[in-house]
Amino acid sequence: MPQRKGQLKGSPMSKDQNHQGDSQWPIWEVFVQAKTGAPHEHAGSLHAPDAEIALQNARDVYSRRSEAVNIWVVESKNITATTPEDNPTFFEPAADKIYRHPQFYKIPRGVKNL
Amino acid sequence: MEDESKLRAFEARIEAGEKIEPKDWMPERYRKQLIRMISQHAHSEIVGMLPEGNWITRAPSLRRKMGLLAKVQDEAGHGLYLYCSAETLGVDRSEVVDQLLYGTAKYSSIFNYPTLTWADIGTIGWLVDGAAIVNQTMLAKCSYGPYSRANIRICKEENFHKKQGYEIVATMAKGTPEQKRMVQDAVNRWWWPSLTMFGPPDKDSPNSAELMKWQVKLQSNDELRQRFVNLTVPQASVVGVALPDPDLKYNSKTGNWDFGALNWDEFFAVIKGNGPCNRQRMRARRIAHENGKWVRDAAGAYAAKKRAA
Ligand SMILES: [Fe+2]
Ligand SMILES: [Fe+2]
Repeated sequence: MPQRKGQLKGSPMSKDQNHQGDSQWPIWEVFVQAKTGAPHEHAGSLHAPDAEIALQNARDVYSRRSEAVNIWVVESKNITATTPEDNPTFFEPAADKIYRHPQFYKIPRGVKNL
Repeated sequence: MEDESKLRAFEARIEAGEKIEPKDWMPERYRKQLIRMISQHAHSEIVGMLPEGNWITRAPSLRRKMGLLAKVQDEAGHGLYLYCSAETLGVDRSEVVDQLLYGTAKYSSIFNYPTLTWADIGTIGWLVDGAAIVNQTMLAKCSYGPYSRANIRICKEENFHKKQGYEIVATMAKGTPEQKRMVQDAVNRWWWPSLTMFGPPDKDSPNSAELMKWQVKLQSNDELRQRFVNLTVPQASVVGVALPDPDLKYNSKTGNWDFGALNWDEFFAVIKGNGPCNRQRMRARRIAHENGKWVRDAAGAYAAKKRAA
């Protein structure tokens, strides 16, 4: 293994030269489908330079024991999500619409398989 | 004050057993404590590959080599699950990794002990992964969603780690006199450091009360340690290896196995960097990181070329 003179490989002094150019690849969110017919579920995230490598890394990180039959990766910055602060106004409209549930309706006693 | 009422609402959610998610309001202390805990946990998984990696090329059979290789690969995966959950709290991956490589980040002191013989591999799987399982089973129920989910994923994989280790111990304990001696020696060396993995005694663990109030931890260090001892004593007697503690005794009043005093001076010395292998471990990590640089560079260059095309 080539050693640079005066700078031991693996020494704390070699930080700067190895650090630059080695910063962050974008974060990708990984969604895994456990079996056909099942929905994709968020498994976690990882860093990768592009979608192809993101998929390969996702297989190695999140499916070492056949946990997936299909994987989606999407760059985190492309996900738009609701925020907890908006929750009250955003989800509230559904809260008072109990007539959207079957329990709201009364049916005559004795009727079956309705 | 606004923060005051937010804090009350936050604590009420935790009290009600709700999980806290990344974008939810949380006290700065909660965020800081989690970042510290999760990154230390992640570093431990990564550094934890080194003592065992030491024996991959010298495994006594192909079966053992495949098992050990898969286990060590899992530990890398555990590190990645955990780094990714730390990132949800707003830290940068390269920053956290740099803290390990070039800074003073802590990791579990157990990985600063050497693996002298093949019996150490069995003993680590049995005792060290066994202790980690006790801790991680608790963490799987913690209040922070991403950390809880990472630990659930980890726990699913740990059982194999412990069983492959225990199988090695059981095999050697039935083997030649020399193998028996070897496995007993490994257990003698790893038993006490395994017990310190749960951290200092409750009375010397200043962060514990806060962590338990916010349900980052659900059991104290001493409770977890006791649970591990209770689980392990019968496992030792099944394979006929002795645990190196003359004070180990069943207490019929408490239902616990009482055990002797731990050497906390040694524990703190190892944490401060003066264990048998601290420098060797850090050097190995830096070399691995530097030697991987060309792979990262190549992947980045290839991605850039495809984008340009
Ligand atoms: Fe692990
Ligand atoms: Fe493990």
